[in-house]
Amino acid sequence: MAANLATTAHKSFVRIDRLTKRFGDVAAVDNVSLDIEQGEIFALLGSSGCGKSTLLRMLAGFETPSEGNISLEGESVIGMPPHQRPMNMMFQSYALFPHLTVWENIAFGLKRDGMPRAQIAARVEEMLNMVQLKRYAKRKPHQLSGGQQQRVALARCLAKQPKLLLLDEPLGALDRKLREQTQFELVSIIKSVGVTCVLVTHDQEEAMTMADRIAVMSEGRFIQVGKPHEIYETPNSRFVADFIGKVNLFDGVLAIDEPDHCAIDTPEGRFYVAHGITGTIGMDVSVALRPEKIGLQTEAPTDTSSNAFRGTVVDSGYYGSFSVYRVELAGGRKIQVAITHAERHVELYRRGDALWVTCSAQSLVVLIS
Amino acid sequence: MSTATTLIDKMVDRWGRRLVIGTPYLYLILVFSIPFFVVLKLSVSTSNDGIRFEDLTTFNDWVFNLTASFQKYRFLLQDDLYLNTYGSSLKFATINTLICLFIGYPFAYFMARSPVSMRPVLLMLVSLPFWTSYLLRVYAWRGLLDDSGTVNSLLIWLGAIDEPIKMMHTAFSMTVGMVYTYLPFMILPLYANLVKMDGRLIEAANDLGAGPMRAFWLVTVPLSKNGIIAGSMLVFIPSVGEYVIPELLGGPETLMIGRVLWDEFFANNDWAMASAVAVTMVILILFPLALFNKYQTAAVGRGTA
Ligand SMILES: Nc1ncnc2c1ncn2[C@@H]1O[C@H](COP(=O)(O)OP(=O)(O)O)[C@@H](O)[C@H]1O
Ligand SMILES: [Mg+2]
Repeated sequence: MAANLATTAHKSFVRIDRLTKRFGDVAAVDNVSLDIEQGEIFALLGSSGCGKSTLLRMLAGFETPSEGNISLEGESVIGMPPHQRPMNMMFQSYALFPHLTVWENIAFGLKRDGMPRAQIAARVEEMLNMVQLKRYAKRKPHQLSGGQQQRVALARCLAKQPKLLLLDEPLGALDRKLREQTQFELVSIIKSVGVTCVLVTHDQEEAMTMADRIAVMSEGRFIQVGKPHEIYETPNSRFVADFIGKVNLFDGVLAIDEPDHCAIDTPEGRFYVAHGITGTIGMDVSVALRPEKIGLQTEAPTDTSSNAFRGTVVDSGYYGSFSVYRVELAGGRKIQVAITHAERHVELYRRGDALWVTCSAQSLVVLIS
Repeated sequence: MSTATTLIDKMVDRWGRRLVIGTPYLYLILVFSIPFFVVLKLSVSTSNDGIRFEDLTTFNDWVFNLTASFQKYRFLLQDDLYLNTYGSSLKFATINTLICLFIGYPFAYFMARSPVSMRPVLLMLVSLPFWTSYLLRVYAWRGLLDDSGTVNSLLIWLGAIDEPIKMMHTAFSMTVGMVYTYLPFMILPLYANLVKMDGRLIEAANDLGAGPMRAFWLVTVPLSKNGIIAGSMLVFIPSVGEYVIPELLGGPETLMIGRVLWDEFFANNDWAMASAVAVTMVILILFPLALFNKYQTAAVGRGTA
């Protein structure tokens, strides 16, 4: 292991190079390149049909790329059949063997490696302890709850100590409550084992909380690759801003463009933004503003460094920890504003209230594409 | 008022359910149990001419008499003819079942793996033989396998042989006819089972280090166990009692129990003996199967199947 580290230190652990997969004349994965570091949890995020699973299946060896290359520790795995690849995949609804017990399911991969019996028993034991299912060793998969099945599937993958763990919608089959809890468990197990992991999900929260880095996918391409906060706070496009979380987008033209700030003229008024974009004056751009980065107040703001607009409350929704207000701006444009309840909730604003909408220049992002 | 209606509803519900569950039982009682007990009764009755029987039970002077004779069964066990014929019936039925399984499994497997649009066509092709009478189809094999039949003529014409090969009225011709006839009964349940199989289980096996053959033996075959059992029963059970195929295609060495049964009834006019032969056959087939089924159901209950 140490030797491996030394020889691959300068290379990336997994390298996906201009990978394309076509079904007929439709490209499910379209010229995608990516480097994944050792020990990283990497999420492929996108809506259904964007090609996430196809990319994962190419890594596992179930689909043959139409073009491009995949290499692991500097060596291409193209042409290597799935059963020889040092990777293990957790399938979307686990694909546990229904005719085998939990114990046998976990031992399945170890037996294929020709591991001695005693060693298999020890390893299965270790895995069962890790996922806290020792008592269920003799059960069949259908006698387990969804969460337990998921842990068996994880143990079965990790038993073989894969170099790369592939997870296809790992929490997709669980109900909401269990999902949040399992999310953290899963990450802590993966991190404690130290295995490099690629996971596929359509759930942005899942991607944000679990992954070290995320690739946002659409129509077989990567739209943006970055750490969760980068993708959320500085989306590179209208698509990403809209896909990750909620956002208010204002279309306008570039009016001022300096290295450290710029201004955008929109039908709602002029927005001052605390970053430059090196564009040309008069070009079409959008301003992205997250609902939680907006303030509401009844008096006219005195602080002139903030952007401020007049608005009227249209309606509101109470979510417990926060409320969402829909506010109509002067031009008739309606925006969403999320106000956190720092104290026990009293209805702050009512429908029809006239107020001021404020946002700082630091809270805005200008999107060119 | 409302309690009365719910009561009626409940009764309709309960009796409706009983009716639905009861119908197959009623059918089985009418067409299986009653005839079976008639035959069972005949097999232990005594008669002078073999056809008219004395009453099994009499009721005289407040004394109830049951006179059952197991003489036919004793005879059946003592005469080698019967035991040998049972043996050969079971042997040919087993051979037939195994050949059907070995041909039918890959057949069903590739049908289940074929594109969805192709499947109805393939299914229709498998059931196509049913469109012609079974008797005619078996008879047609004579035309193919006879000394002057199509196969021999072709081989002679090709110069492969000089003399016709004797195929008709041998174990070979009978086995060909049996396999040909029963193959669809093996393919259809296997197909129904294999087509439902989750392809991701095979992928999971591959992923965990099992090559395609290993994955087949370790995952596909065990998971199709129920299809194998269903198909094998559908082929094996009627094969044991098969009469027409041995009669039309078989020879002296392929004496089967169906033939013996026929002879006892129609040639020897010994209905009691015929009944004893039939009852023994049913016991021979039914008991192992019932036991097997029971084990199987228990296994499903425990989740090991
Ligand atoms: N085996 C296949 N044959 C044809 N088209 C496929 C196949 N697998 C996936 N596709 C197509 O490729 C696209 C991407 O699919 P997939 O990778 O499963 O998406 P995701 O996992 O992001 O929902 C979809 O349009 C899908 O219909
Ligand atoms: Mg998918």
